[in-house]
Parts: sequence; structure tokens; C-alpha cells
Amino acid sequence: MPGLIGRKIGMTQIFDDDGKAVGVTVLEVGPCPVVQIKTAERDGYDAVQLGFGRVKEGRVRKPAAGHAARAGLDYVPRVLAEFDFEGEKVELGQELTVGMFDVGSRVNVTGTTKGRGFQGVVKRHGFGGGRGSHGGTSILRAPGSIGAGTDPSRVIKGRKMAGRMGGTRRTAMSRKIIRVDAEKNLLVVQGSVPGARNNLVMVRPGR
Amino acid sequence: MEKQGNKDRRTMDPRIAGIEEGYKRTDLPAFAPGDTVRVRVRVKEGQKERVQPFEGVCIGRRGAGVNATFTLRRISGGVGVERIFPLHSPWIVGLEVVRRGDVRRAKLYYLRNRRGKRARVPERKWWLDKKQDG
Repeated sequence: MPGLIGRKIGMTQIFDDDGKAVGVTVLEVGPCPVVQIKTAERDGYDAVQLGFGRVKEGRVRKPAAGHAARAGLDYVPRVLAEFDFEGEKVELGQELTVGMFDVGSRVNVTGTTKGRGFQGVVKRHGFGGGRGSHGGTSILRAPGSIGAGTDPSRVIKGRKMAGRMGGTRRTAMSRKIIRVDAEKNLLVVQGSVPGARNNLVMVRPGR
Repeated sequence: MEKQGNKDRRTMDPRIAGIEEGYKRTDLPAFAPGDTVRVRVRVKEGQKERVQPFEGVCIGRRGAGVNATFTLRRISGGVGVERIFPLHSPWIVGLEVVRRGDVRRAKLYYLRNRRGKRARVPERKWWLDKKQDG
């Protein structure tokens, strides 16, 4: 299915038809020009390369400018990303907008989560931690045992431990579209979306 | 993506503000902590829907934009009851200010520790209001 590139603007809340307050995320999505159409014969696979944003005049690199010019663009997109359009026809240079999404349908939103740095096992993996009383103060947020002793005499691979958390690519699945504003290129989606404000996101149809 | 996004953390992005605007209510009268307010709320009981009034002293308001809520406190059957309403909720059918209160702080949580006569909020007198205006 097709998709679009956008960025997260922030969250707010609205009242749904039942009058319930629901948290929503506002995204700026598109317009995305079709920069390149990859075909199985020439590139080994089918894909549509879309662009988003624009590089400042003085910062344009010539190869990038040439690539954009092939699609008939007079600017260079800041971001390029490929989508599987599953045979859906698009023209080179054609601009895709949020208008392709319908209110009420669902989308998957992919982005990079907020980096949380080096985190302990309680925050990172949801461990319970030790107890606060009955002499447990030295193991408050400790991981506890990390395995058996002499036999296997090593730590099993994949053991959940402290370490870097966040800053990874995640997809928020099945977010309901609350509102589409094709004029302002805004997409309002129910629930949260990975990353901080201004984070780059890919929006694909979901279910 | 003309600008490189909103980098100012203190102000709301105008695009979010624009979306919130459509959900805000402008039909409700202004009121402040200390005021006694009567709210008429729509409640759903199974299939039936009815309007339930709730009257109490506003002991605080919080939040900005559509996010704003207010807390009403009343003594019901000798028990203190507090209800928090989203200010812009469509469930609020009507809201009227019964009595203006004269208070010196924004959050009247001290009322929780008082009962009886001491738990009253003095009424704001009209001549004081006039003096402040002039």
C-alpha cells in the first residue's frame, strides 16, 4: 500500500462524537512529490520514492539537485523514502497529499522513538525491582538473578539487562484518522506516535 | 514544511491551536475559583439520557486550551464530593454562576480541611468590584 512522509507536530485532545475526550497527535504530512519510480527490470524491485520538505537554496548538493530535476522538481526534498505502492499508478513529479487518507480509516505511523539514554532494567524492561522494606534497600531497582550458576556458567544470550533505550524505529499500528486537512497538510490521528515533536514519520494505511 | 517546525516549547504550535479551536466552547460564562457554580451535565444511564445538575464551589481550574478542567466541591449528605469537569466537554449542557466568591488564591484546597461554617467562601461584594474597576 502507498504511504506518505511527514513530521510530528504535537499532541492535544479533542472530544469525539460521544463527548469523550481523546488524546490525538497532529502530524504534518506531505505534500510528497514522486521523485523516482523504481521498477523490477531496472532496479530489481518495485518501489516509489517520495520526497518531503525542501533543502535550503544554498545547501543544495548538485547530485541531489540532478536527482530531483529528473522528476521535474525545481527544489530538492530534504527527505527521501521509498514506499511499496503495489502496482498503484503514479507519475513522476506527481504530488501526493494527505487527501489520500480518509477520516475514520486507520494508518500505521512509523518513526524514531525518543532516545532515553542508558536506562536500568526497571524502566527499560518493566522489571518489578526489589522491595523497599524488609531489608531490601540494596536491590530496589536491581535486576536480580541473571541466570543459573556453574552449569551453564555463562549468561544466556538475550538476557534483558540495562542499556540504551529508545531512539529506535517503531511503528504505531492502527491509528484512527480523526481529521484530514488537505489545505494545511495536517493529519490528526488518535493516540500517540513515536518520537518527539518535529520527528520524521512515515504514514502508511493500516487496519 | 516551509518552516523547520515549531522550536519554541512555551507556545503552542499554531496548527495545533487551530485544531483545538473547533472544540472549544464559547457559550459558557466566565467564572473563577471561589464562585459557586451550577453545571447541568448530560449523563447516560444504559439507553436513557438525562440531565443532571451539580452545584458546588469551584475550588480550582487547571489546563489551557481544550485541555482545561475545573473542580467543583460540595457537601452532599455530610460527605464532601468533588467532581472534575472538562471545561469544554460537550456533556455540559449548561453552566451558571450562582454566587461570586471572594478568595485570595487560585486553588481552594484548604476547604477540604474545614467543615461547617468555616468551610464557607465569603461572597464578593459588588461595591468592591466597582472600586477595582474605577
